Amino acid sequence: MLFMPGNNPSMLQDAAILGADSIILDLEDAVSLTEKDSARILVREALKTIDFSQVELVVRVNPMDTEFGPLDVDMIARVKPDTLLIPKANEEQIKIVDTMLDKIEAEEGYLAGSIKIIALIETALGLENVYNVIQASNRIVGVLLGGEDLTSDLGIERTKEGEEIFYARNKVATACRALKVDSIDTPFTDTNDFEGLAKDTAKAKSLGLTGKSAINPRQIEIIHSVFSPTEAELKHALKVLEVMQQAEKEGKGVCSLEGKMIDAPVINRARNTVALGRSLGLLER
Amino acid sequence: MATILGRELPDTVDGYGEVTPFKGACREGGVKTRKAVKLTSVNPHEQKVLDNLEQVFDKLNLKDGMTISFHHHLRNGDYVLNMVVDGLAKRGLKDLTVAASSIFPIHEPLVTHIENGVVTGLVANYISGPVAEAISKGKLKKPAIMQTHGGRARAIESGDLQIDVAFIAAPTADNYGNINGVYGDAACGTLGYAMADAEYADKTVAITDHLVPFPACPIQISQVFVDYVVQVESIGDAKGIVSGTTKITKDPVALIIAKRAAEVIKASGLVKDGMSFQTGAGGTSLAVAAELKDIMQREGVVGSFAAGGVTGYLVEMLEEGLFKTLFDVQCFDLKAISSFRNNSTHQAMSASMYGNPHTKGAVVNCLDIMILGATEIDTEFNVNVTTSSSGMIMGGSGGHSDTAAGAKLSIVVTNLMKARLPIIKDKVTTITTPGESIDVVVTERGIAVNPRRTDLIEKLRQANVPLLTIEELKIIAEKITGVPKTVQTLEKIVAVVEYRDGSVIDVVRQVY
Amino acid sequence: MRITKVAKAGTLESNDILIMVMSSKSDRVELELESIVLQQFGDVIERVILHKVQEMGVEGITIKAQDKGALDYTIGARVETAIKRAI
Repeated sequence: MLFMPGNNPSMLQDAAILGADSIILDLEDAVSLTEKDSARILVREALKTIDFSQVELVVRVNPMDTEFGPLDVDMIARVKPDTLLIPKANEEQIKIVDTMLDKIEAEEGYLAGSIKIIALIETALGLENVYNVIQASNRIVGVLLGGEDLTSDLGIERTKEGEEIFYARNKVATACRALKVDSIDTPFTDTNDFEGLAKDTAKAKSLGLTGKSAINPRQIEIIHSVFSPTEAELKHALKVLEVMQQAEKEGKGVCSLEGKMIDAPVINRARNTVALGRSLGLLER
Repeated sequence: MATILGRELPDTVDGYGEVTPFKGACREGGVKTRKAVKLTSVNPHEQKVLDNLEQVFDKLNLKDGMTISFHHHLRNGDYVLNMVVDGLAKRGLKDLTVAASSIFPIHEPLVTHIENGVVTGLVANYISGPVAEAISKGKLKKPAIMQTHGGRARAIESGDLQIDVAFIAAPTADNYGNINGVYGDAACGTLGYAMADAEYADKTVAITDHLVPFPACPIQISQVFVDYVVQVESIGDAKGIVSGTTKITKDPVALIIAKRAAEVIKASGLVKDGMSFQTGAGGTSLAVAAELKDIMQREGVVGSFAAGGVTGYLVEMLEEGLFKTLFDVQCFDLKAISSFRNNSTHQAMSASMYGNPHTKGAVVNCLDIMILGATEIDTEFNVNVTTSSSGMIMGGSGGHSDTAAGAKLSIVVTNLMKARLPIIKDKVTTITTPGESIDVVVTERGIAVNPRRTDLIEKLRQANVPLLTIEELKIIAEKITGVPKTVQTLEKIVAVVEYRDGSVIDVVRQVY
Repeated sequence: MRITKVAKAGTLESNDILIMVMSSKSDRVELELESIVLQQFGDVIERVILHKVQEMGVEGITIKAQDKGALDYTIGARVETAIKRAI
């Protein structure tokens, strides 16, 4: 998921072709207080005009407890972004947004529930309560972990190695997995350190996060390559599913591949790998 | 009459002469003649060194209407052209034709001389800055003649471009006229664009700020071609000659274009041992070189040569063993200069050896892959690098037409739109390079292959490289920007665009 | 509707347009347009600006626009923002 400032016309134009799976048009941190109105209107017009069909179009609105947040939601929801990213997310904020969207979708004649929400978990309270935050709305399709603001809230230092957000990553990954939504890791802020980015992304993946956010288009390739299964992994996963399907056809209860029994966890992992491979375009649909 | 590309050209142009229309790339070959050069022999014990430029002017038989020439290896740090033309203007000379291989913003004083009738003609391969603007606004009495790097060498060698005096800015010269470009405060590396001038001009003057004891070493231009030598305080500003090291772009869109270009190169099947490659000095061009480097390293390919305009990046590729040698017609940065000085596999080539179509074979004929830029491209793949879309002169072919004609695979890499202007149009404002020489256009939103190249289309399809037609690319651009209105120009012809073979491929008219 | 303040929106960055609006004594809409693509898109830019002004029902306004190659949707957005700031 690539963050882009919402008030920058020359970047908006190219956003959809930079190779990211999702684009986050940012009305919050990337826009100064005096330009919030300008950015909001620009993003609204951009959504009406630019073809974003190749990507998931996400708009990060301002927090609901500021004067800007509700105005953002009201104006932007009406031009049907795919998803809204709600900063400083907690149960209450999510519920407020959910209700607003219900109303707007009804007024505009959009399919109810079509606009999704990603909760940006970046406060201690939000983190502790992440399970309930996700459950606060049916629209929630994922959680994005905001490491910078979270460590700031905790009064601790944010480092490249990321030990300090180990718990946060773990908790978010687990809660999201339990409720079957995506979990997106916090961005790696050194845009010139590609080795560090790869390490950081690998760490997130190893903890079960399903994606990573980027703050510069040059980070996209590395993030994709870390998350993408290798050819060998894909081949193996496809084989597992093939063997499983064959066993089902023959009415067998269990099956094995290369001497190892294929049980539910193995099948599950294989399914995930194949799904990831498909979404990264590594497999024919 | 109309050329085969459909451009209407007059039969003659005032101040230029009869127009030979462009008939196609590589059509006008066959038996050619190099002109015979008249020279004044130098006997033993005669001196060539003069004390100052005024003495040089005294010795030369200066007349109104002469053609004087300059090379552009000192680029935007050149002092020599201004120095000489200022000096000639003070002597009351008029009606001069300046044949400079390229003109840069530093040559602004030329505008005043143009306005005063001191200079009434200009022949160049690339014109930028205030002089370009002045010409576009109709201030030059005769139409400027815009050639290619190879075409200029052809014109000089054949006698089409008759040079009375060649003023050669010499970073190093000895008292008998041997010149090199690798030592001195104004070192510039190779002197590819000065060679033909030195050999074929009636008189050749070496102007140096670094006079060394005889003999200079190395010798890039030989004493046998030089009539006089004069030392001045400075021939150029080192900061304007080179720009440190040219760097690869960080612009994400340019990087995407580079990646796509690399896909095309890979799928073409030309990446193999013995391959050859050339690219420009811009950020995107270098990014393509970086991608190619990756591919070559991964597949263990060793190329035969890389050519150009050489930058530090190409030097690195040479030093890392990716190419056996470099052919260098001009050095763009300090790294290239020092590599040429020290590394014997970094070889010089004259503009004639580089791109003259009327020799026994130019280097461009041996080139596999060429990466090019464009201001505009039309649906016939004709490319404009001479004028902006408002009709203002802002460049010129340089080596564009030469390399495009010679290369097995010529790829234009460009953004699809630049500041709301679509790069692809129905008709380009000025045709610099004909579409038959352009094989592929790579933009961030799609790749188009020239329909003539059915072999390439097949290879790319097999490699699953997504292709669009050039018309489709144009429509994509216009959907985003809207359809631009064609810019009107006045009738008066301010420049004649000559193709490599001396035929006229297009004209430039005065802007409002 | 008339505006009461002077306001501006947008920037001089590439692909953006700087719009400044102020109240004019007449009832008309006056536009001063500078653009790097004036010859190619001047007509279109003018139309987009005037259309947005009309759409918002504003009268008696002077607009100064400095365009750096903004696309139509950007022009419309900046005009709307400037006017809303000037009310």
